[in-house]
Amino acid sequence: MFGFGFALVPLYDVLCDQLGINGKTQNSASQYIDNEIDKSRLITVEFISQVQNNMPWEFIPQVNRLQVHPGELVRTHFKAKNLSNLNIVGQAIPSVSPGRGAAYFNKTECFCFNQQTLAAKSSADLPLIFYVDPALPDNISTLTLSYTLYNITDKGYVDVLEQGAAK
Amino acid sequence: MNTLTQENQVSMDGSLQDDHNHDDGHHAPPSGIMRWLLTTNHKDIGTLYLWFSFIMFLTGGLMAMVIRAELFQPGLQLVDPNFFNQMTTVHGLVMVFGAVMPAFTGLANWMIPMMIGAPDMALPRMNNWSFWILPFAFIILLSSLFMEGGGPNFGWTFYAPLSTEYSPDSTALFVFSIHIMGISSIMGAINVIVTVINMRAPGMTWMKLPLFAWTWLITAFLLIAVMPVLAGAVTMVLTDKYFGTSFFEAAGGGDPVMFQHIFWFFGHPEVYIMILPSFGIMSAIIPTFSRKKLFGYSSMVYATASIAILSFLVWAHHMFTTGMPVFAELFFMYCTMLISVPTGVKIFNWVATMWKGSLTFETPMLFAISFLVLFTIGGFSGLMLAITPADFQYHDTYFVVAHFHYVLVTGAIFTIMAAVYYWIPKWTGHMYNERLGKLHFWCSVISVNILFFPMHFLGLAGMPRRIPDYAIQFADVNQIVSIGGFAFGLSQLIFLVVVIKCIRGGEKAPAKPWEGAEGLEWEIPSPAPYHSFTTPPVIK
Ligand code: HEM
Ligand SMILES: [Cu+2]
Repeated sequence: MFGFGFALVPLYDVLCDQLGINGKTQNSASQYIDNEIDKSRLITVEFISQVQNNMPWEFIPQVNRLQVHPGELVRTHFKAKNLSNLNIVGQAIPSVSPGRGAAYFNKTECFCFNQQTLAAKSSADLPLIFYVDPALPDNISTLTLSYTLYNITDKGYVDVLEQGAAK
Repeated sequence: MNTLTQENQVSMDGSLQDDHNHDDGHHAPPSGIMRWLLTTNHKDIGTLYLWFSFIMFLTGGLMAMVIRAELFQPGLQLVDPNFFNQMTTVHGLVMVFGAVMPAFTGLANWMIPMMIGAPDMALPRMNNWSFWILPFAFIILLSSLFMEGGGPNFGWTFYAPLSTEYSPDSTALFVFSIHIMGISSIMGAINVIVTVINMRAPGMTWMKLPLFAWTWLITAFLLIAVMPVLAGAVTMVLTDKYFGTSFFEAAGGGDPVMFQHIFWFFGHPEVYIMILPSFGIMSAIIPTFSRKKLFGYSSMVYATASIAILSFLVWAHHMFTTGMPVFAELFFMYCTMLISVPTGVKIFNWVATMWKGSLTFETPMLFAISFLVLFTIGGFSGLMLAITPADFQYHDTYFVVAHFHYVLVTGAIFTIMAAVYYWIPKWTGHMYNERLGKLHFWCSVISVNILFFPMHFLGLAGMPRRIPDYAIQFADVNQIVSIGGFAFGLSQLIFLVVVIKCIRGGEKAPAKPWEGAEGLEWEIPSPAPYHSFTTPPVIK
C-alpha cells in the first residue's frame, strides 16, 4: 500500500488527462488545422494572471478579455517585467476554467511551454497564440485562462513541462 | 496443566503459545521500570497504551485551552498567529494519533484476548515494539514546537504547498514522527488480525465473536490499507520540501490538488478507524445495562463491513470546493449519503436493544446513551455537509469543526470513557466511585454541548476555522464556547481522580460486576490475573 500511495501519482495524471477534468491544458504546441471558422458563435476568452509571493515580477495580460470565433487563430501577449536587481527564471502554469473546456483550448505558441528568464530590471512581451476548437460543447460560452507565475530561479528544474511533452 | 493446555490449543499457533507459556508462565514479571519496558503481556501493554493515551489527551487538551483562550475575545491577545496555527495543528495530530487511536489499541490489548478466550495477543514481542516506539514519535513531534521557526503550523491535514513551500524548517521531524506513528499502528493492527483469526477459543465461530473484536478486526484491515498511503503522502512532502521533487509543486509539473486526493484517500477511512471500535464498545455496553441481547447482531457485522468498504469511495467530500467536475461532485455526494444508511442501521439496533429493556443508568450506560444522541447529531451535520451545494457555504467554517467534534469527542472519546468505566473493575479489581463517575459524566456532557453546539451557528454565520482572530459579531458566541471549553477541560480532571482512586482501592469488584453482562471476560476473576485463559474455555 506504500507503493500504492505513490502509484496514485501517475494514476491521477492519467485519469485527469483522459477525462480532461482538472483544467490542465496541453504542455506543447498544437498544430493549427485550417479549421472552418464558426462565424455563428462568439466565445469570450478571459485572461487572468497571478504572481506567486516570492516572485519579483510584474505580470499582466495585454487584454483582459477577447471575443473570438471558434477556429479562429488569435494572438495576444502578456507583459512581464523583472522588478528586482537579479536575473530571475520564471515558469508560468496555465489552468483553464471550466475544466471541461481545457481540452478545447489549443495553443500553437505559448511562453508557458518554456522557462522564461528576465535579466535584472528588464521586461518582455510574452506571446500566446491560440485557437478554440469548434467542437467546444455548446454549454460553454466563456473560457477563463489563468496563469500563475512561479519563481524557479534556484529550483534547478529542467524544463519539466517540455520533457513531459517530449516523451 | 501444560499438557492440557497444549491439547486444547491444536487449532492455534502451537509453538508460539508453548514458547510464551514457558517464558512467562512460571516466573514473576521483572519488577520496576524493566517490567514495563520489557513486557510482552497484553494486559501490561494495554495499560501502557491507555496511560499514554490519557497523557496525550491532557497534552492535546492543554493546546485546546490555548486555542480557546485566544479566541475568548476578538483581536490578538495571548499568542501570535503562527503559534496559534501550531496549536491547532498539533492539537489535531496529538488527539487523533496520540489520544484516540492508542486508546483503542489499549482497549484491544486488554480486552480482545479475554473476550475470545486467548492467553495473550498472537505476537507479544511485536506488541511491545508497537507501543514503545510511540512515545518517541510524540517526543519528536512535540519537541519541534520548541525549535527555531516553530513546529508544524499547516493544519493536521498538512495540505501542500503549506507543508512544502511555506512550512517551517522542522517539517522533517513532523514527517518522521508520522512515519513512526504509522508503523506503530500497523504493527498493532497486524497483531489484532492474527489474534482474532488464529486464537479464538474452540467453538467461538465468527458469528459468536463479540462485536468489539469484530469491529476492531475490520478497523485493523482499514489501518493496514491506509496508513501506508499516509506514509506515502508525508514522504512526498518530505522530498518536495528537501530534495527538489515536485509531486505537489505546480511550477515543477506537479499538482497541489493531488495532495488532497492522496491525503483524503487516507483521511476518510481514518475517521472510520476512529469510530468503528466505538461501535463495538456500544454493542457491549448497551445490552448489558438494558439486560437484553443485542438486537440484530448479524446486521451489525454486515453494517460495519459495508461502512468500511464504502469509506474508500467518499474521500472527495472533503474537496467539493476544489473545482471537481459535476459528475464527481454528484458521485461523492451520493456515496457519502449512502454511508449513513449502515450507520443508521446501527443506531436503530442500539435503540431497539434498549426498547422495553430494564434499563439502569450506571456511568458507562450514561456515556453510551449520550453517545447515541450526540453522535447522531454529528451524523446529521455530516449529512448537511455532504450536500455538495450546501458545502460550498459550510466548507472551512466552524460548522465543520462542530461536525467533527461531535463525532470524535462525543462519539469516539465518550465511548472510550464508557469503556474505561465498564471494564475498569476487571482491570483493577475495584469498583470505581459511582458518584464521582456520574459527576464526571454530567459535567462533561453539559460542558461539551456548551463547547461544541454553538459552533454550528458560528459556522453558519460564516466564521472560518483555523483563525486566531475574528470579526466582532462572533464575539459573544465565542465567549460561550470558550467557557464550555474550559469547563470540559477541567471536568476531565475528575476522570483522572476516579481512575486513580479506583486503582488505589475501593469496593471489591466481583468477577461479573454488571448484572446483565455477557462475555468471556466476566468469567475471569477481578482483577484479571496476569495470565488468563492459558486453558482455552469451552464455548457452547
Ligand atoms: C453520517 C456520517 C458522516 C457524513 C455524511 C460526514 C460528512 C462529512 C463531510 C461532507 C465533511 C467535509 C466538510 C468540509 O470540509 O466542508 C466531513 C468532515 C469531517 N468529518 Fe465527517 N461525516 C460523517 C461521519 C463522520 C465520522 C463518524 C467521523 C469521525 C469519527 C467524521 C470525521 C470528520 C472529520 C475529522 C472531518 C473534518 C476533517 C478536516 O477537514 O479537518 N465524520 N464529514
Ligand atoms: Cu470524510
